[in-house]
Amino acid sequence: MAIKVEHELHGRRWGRNLGVGLLLGAVVAIVFGLTVVKILALGDAGRFQGYDHVVQPLAVPAGEGGGA
Amino acid sequence: MSDASLSPSLSVPGEAGMGDYWELLKPRVMSLVVFTALVGLVAAPVGVHPFVAFVSILCIAVGGGASGALNMWWDADIDSVMNRTKGRPVPSGRVAPEEAKAIGLALSGFSVMLLGLAANWLAAGLLAFTIFFYVVVYTVWLKRRTPQNIVIGGLAGALPPLVGWVAATGQFAWAPVLMVLLVFMWTPPHFWALALFVRGDYGLARVPMLTETHGDRVTRNHILAYAVLLVPVSLALGLTPVAGPVYLAASVVLNLLFLGACWQVWRRDRAAAEADRFAAEKRAFKLSLLYLFLHFGALLAEAGLGTILGA
Repeated sequence: MAIKVEHELHGRRWGRNLGVGLLLGAVVAIVFGLTVVKILALGDAGRFQGYDHVVQPLAVPAGEGGGA
Repeated sequence: MSDASLSPSLSVPGEAGMGDYWELLKPRVMSLVVFTALVGLVAAPVGVHPFVAFVSILCIAVGGGASGALNMWWDADIDSVMNRTKGRPVPSGRVAPEEAKAIGLALSGFSVMLLGLAANWLAAGLLAFTIFFYVVVYTVWLKRRTPQNIVIGGLAGALPPLVGWVAATGQFAWAPVLMVLLVFMWTPPHFWALALFVRGDYGLARVPMLTETHGDRVTRNHILAYAVLLVPVSLALGLTPVAGPVYLAASVVLNLLFLGACWQVWRRDRAAAEADRFAAEKRAFKLSLLYLFLHFGALLAEAGLGTILGA
């Protein structure tokens, strides 16, 4: 017979681990969702791409100093 | 050590369940914060992306919860004395005080930063001020020093509708300031009505509640005075663009009912109150909850009507 004593302490730990995991997942989802909303609010996502890491003049609208 | 050696009702600091952490955030207070902040945000005359609105309200709720955790950390000694609060996570030993402090500080920083990024930094600054006011000005400074603790400290609980409005618009306006004033003026009669029938609790903890320092008569006078002062504030809010006939009608009825309840509390003494087990005081307390809920509910209805009629 396998020896396995479940104490309510384990239940609490499991609940806490699950809670922390879900909260971390929720934070990631919120930050991702906010990023999407903020970029879409620019109207043209290409404008954001123009300044992604390094300036890409071809992706920046002509009126803003780009070549496109 | 084997698991079998653990006692069935082990309570080890740091081994709290999620429910204990949830309780640390004072969910009932948080529900009021969420509701009033939501009304402030929805009543604002600008459109907000639903996801940004959701995150803003979440941040305000988490900021309110963080204040609650810091309050429980600081007040663990008096919470352990009062019947109403001795079952809370910190005084009961389920959550260590330092843990409550760490959670409160971490959530405060998180909520303020995220609100700044999601909405704007004016709203984030207001939220930071709200947390500071509740924790430092009310909990640490005023609560144990003056019977006016809940009057001044009530500002912290009153600010969420303004934070919600500023999160939407990025600027101040008269309407949300009047919403703040409404909650601010409502808080004293609400708490003093409660203090009249849980009087022994505050006395045990030596919290200078007005009932303890100045007695029943003065408290009853104050309840009626604040109920009278609430009338012009709530009616003035009815004259702003966020309100309309629904709000005004609700406000007139609610003010009459609340004034009546507070009048009943004022016109009798402690002996009469004890004779019927504080029936009038309990009625005034319950009515105060309804008073605030329906005032903000009416503003929400006005905002909904405005959207429907404007569409």
